[in-house]
Amino acid sequence: MAHSYTPGLTVTDRTMVHRRRLLPLAGEVLVNIGDKVRSDQPVARVRLPGKVYPVNLANQLSVAPGEIKEYLVKREGDAIQKDEILAENKPIIKWFKTEIRSPVGGTIESVSSVTGQVLLREPPRVLDLLAYVDGIVAEIILHQGVVVEADCALVQGIFGIGGETWGDIVVAVGSRDEPLLPAHVSPAMKGKVVVGGSFLSTDTMAKAKATGVAGLVVGGIHDKDLRELLGYDLGVAITGTEQVGFTLILTEGFGAIPMAAKTFGLLSAHAGQRASISGATQIRAGVIRPEIVVPYREPASTGAGRDRQQEGVRLGDSVRIIRDPFFGRISEVSALPHDLKKIPTESEVRVLEVRFSDGTRAVVPRSNIEVIEGG
Amino acid sequence: MTASAPPKLSTAVPLNVIVATDCGSTTTKAILIEKIGEEYRQTYRGEAPTTVEAPFEDVTRGVLNAIAEIEELSGRKILDDDKIITPNRASQGDPKTGVDIYISTSSAGGGLQMMVTGVVQSMTGESAQRAALGAGAIVIDVLASNDGRLPHEKIERIRSMRPDMILMSGGTDGGAVTHVVEMAEYVAAAEPRPRFGATYKLPLIFAGNKDARSQVQRILGDKAALEITDNIRPVLEKENLAPARDKIHDLFLEHVMQQAPGYKKLMEMTGAPIMPTPAAVGVIMETIAKRERLNLIGVDIGGATTDVFSVFRGIFNRTVSANLGMSYSISNVLAEAGLSNIMRWVPFTIDEQTIRNRIKNKMIRPTTIPQTLDELQIEQAIAREALRLALIHHKSLASGLKGVQQERTISDMFEQQASGKTLIDMLQLDLIVGSGGILSHAPRRVQSMLMMVDAYEPLGFTALSVDSIFMMPHLGVLSTIDEKAAVDVFVRDCMVYLGTCIAPIGQGKDGESWMDCDIAFSDGSIIESHLKFGDLQVFPLESGATAKITARPAKQADLGAGPGVTITREVRGGVVGLMLDGRGRPVMLPGERTARAAALTKWFNAVNLYPVLDAEG
Repeated sequence: MAHSYTPGLTVTDRTMVHRRRLLPLAGEVLVNIGDKVRSDQPVARVRLPGKVYPVNLANQLSVAPGEIKEYLVKREGDAIQKDEILAENKPIIKWFKTEIRSPVGGTIESVSSVTGQVLLREPPRVLDLLAYVDGIVAEIILHQGVVVEADCALVQGIFGIGGETWGDIVVAVGSRDEPLLPAHVSPAMKGKVVVGGSFLSTDTMAKAKATGVAGLVVGGIHDKDLRELLGYDLGVAITGTEQVGFTLILTEGFGAIPMAAKTFGLLSAHAGQRASISGATQIRAGVIRPEIVVPYREPASTGAGRDRQQEGVRLGDSVRIIRDPFFGRISEVSALPHDLKKIPTESEVRVLEVRFSDGTRAVVPRSNIEVIEGG
Repeated sequence: MTASAPPKLSTAVPLNVIVATDCGSTTTKAILIEKIGEEYRQTYRGEAPTTVEAPFEDVTRGVLNAIAEIEELSGRKILDDDKIITPNRASQGDPKTGVDIYISTSSAGGGLQMMVTGVVQSMTGESAQRAALGAGAIVIDVLASNDGRLPHEKIERIRSMRPDMILMSGGTDGGAVTHVVEMAEYVAAAEPRPRFGATYKLPLIFAGNKDARSQVQRILGDKAALEITDNIRPVLEKENLAPARDKIHDLFLEHVMQQAPGYKKLMEMTGAPIMPTPAAVGVIMETIAKRERLNLIGVDIGGATTDVFSVFRGIFNRTVSANLGMSYSISNVLAEAGLSNIMRWVPFTIDEQTIRNRIKNKMIRPTTIPQTLDELQIEQAIAREALRLALIHHKSLASGLKGVQQERTISDMFEQQASGKTLIDMLQLDLIVGSGGILSHAPRRVQSMLMMVDAYEPLGFTALSVDSIFMMPHLGVLSTIDEKAAVDVFVRDCMVYLGTCIAPIGQGKDGESWMDCDIAFSDGSIIESHLKFGDLQVFPLESGATAKITARPAKQADLGAGPGVTITREVRGGVVGLMLDGRGRPVMLPGERTARAAALTKWFNAVNLYPVLDAEG
């Protein structure tokens, strides 16, 4: 059988990441190639068009749509203040005068003699696009943004909520299988990225929010706690815009699951260093996984920062089992049989054999494992 | 309405070896079709993960991987590095090298996401929706002058949704233009931006009142890639969906697909235009219905969406339930159906927290498969609910034209039917066709049959079939090039008849006599069945065979001819056979957990659904 690419999560001590930072509309790039940038530094800027307010003048003045231009005080393209007169009629008796005042400040975008509407647009809002990670500007995308390159440690999570943020890494638990409890969260963790172990409860989330923690990284949570946190049941995994007080990243999944030893070890090794994190997750084509990026201050030595291209599962690979009955267990690939095998559901599928740390072995469908990638 | 098929293409070489792929949101599936004697057969298949994401970000990589698997299995050399060898080199004395054509469908990249606008939501808004759905799009919102939203809310909605394309309709030809122009003004004010590619203009089709064209051109000409086509509702009583649908196809290929990673390369590789997967499935579903003159419901249950197709009285309809699926959207099935509705199909108990976590874990790791029997049963329970909800959605959209005044007689005065009632009449339904992973790859075919029976609750006599290995999209696109090849493969290798379900309408008491049947087989043998209320029975009747059944329902049971009326019909066999469903219509599951588990276990064991189950699984 051909090698097939098996998607996995990257957990690596040194790699080079490139983050495309693109404006939602064409704008102005503020930096140059080779510039060193900090995560909170603006790299591009755009003036987002303001909100639009339609005003139906024809109705309000009781005239035909084709006549409204005669009543306008302002013209298309003119600036207008809130409550300034937009249009008025000129009756013989001034008691019957009608003045239409602008509900917002902005400009007159268009006047329609077909519908009798005037569209007012509020002033544009300036949007600064930040670098997100500490690094170097590797590429300029004209009028759109930049590519920031960072030599860093990288941990991809499996699911997250909340947007981009920054903070020093604090490991709050003693081991990867210890749940993060409210008692672990202290005032000193304000603005920090707090790493827990296997599980995060509602109480701990509440304490973290009250403390002002920037981000939480744990093995798992219960779905019901996520629902409580969000206030609704998440239907599809497209996240990143939630505002719950912190960014949350799960490294393993739903349930109480010890964080993979490699992940916990890597984050512990970088305790005290500043990390950029994002909870944004999109599990569809063009997948986006949440991540923790810890940039290095010093350049990489030769050869560092290069991961091997993952081409398929190989004997000895470290894998995470991602489906019951062994969900969440980390193991090593011990055999890769070619033939299809019948599993308890009676489906005939491609399988592999894994060996757990206690020496026991199990056969699992190849679809039910995830390679822990990264050198 | 007809499914959206591009014009027939002819090829220069005779097609003897064909390779086709479907690039799904998760998996790219490839099949090899070979002409064996005078007949085309599907011979080998391969699959690989779809590669529109990092590290490849090039859809052709997954295509080549899937084709490479066919190469290994078949021993045919198809690839020369990254090129597909065409035509096949049989004439050069090398019959195991090359293929005559490569074709593909695609729903990678999340499919075609459209926003449609109309003037009256239930009239031109719905017509526009049908045009977009028929072209294989996912309709992410329908905006209309009377949709209850304030103007600035409409503008905000257009700005935030980021569709791939907008279809604007509204007004009959020669009618008022004001509302049509008003909607154009809102779209212009929103300055809509596409999902992919910050630099290209959003494709926008205007298919409304022809008198408004010049105004729309003036308002939107500079702000979008505007195309003007015939009005989809030129008069109130008529829909003209084909021109808009064809234009959607053209723009999809010209603009939207080119923005997805690797599609330009893919388009260069294929010997025919790439079709959106749902459009291709629609073509093949409509072909089945026309060929056999059937009323049909088809379903393609995927990872992200569930597409439902129907042909009733020759009218084709397609809907997509954008967030009802078995992997990416599985959690949304839970949210929409509710846990209790899912658990009513599970014959064992499991605590809520565990099942919620399991469903979320499937959502975040969508390519996993159930390894244990209880996990399979839970997934099949969820599938029943996804199928059920998607059919409800379909029924609401597959309707006659709304707003059209109907002639009514005095007897109609007592039957309060609004215009635009659903076209889906389950008693007139001849065939249900299932496709998609959970149905095509169920370990036992009877599982596919019961999932569809439980979800759709067919009434009277209904045949069921399933796509053997999920190849309907491939055959849909193939039918646009070589209909014989598509039909040959469809009949021989794709369509697996499961059998016929016979289900009287009505309610009874458990254990009371519900229906007596004489089943006369073609070899002259006769079986007598005495079906009690609450029972499920299966009698073998192999594929291709028919039997004459005389069914005598109890006096309160109705097979379509009236309560207690005997019906004699010829019924079709299949790999499952004849399923006599005595559970009543609608199916009322016991409310109490233990009784429900016992009932499910009884039914499941009666049809040999899973390896033998105890009452607690």
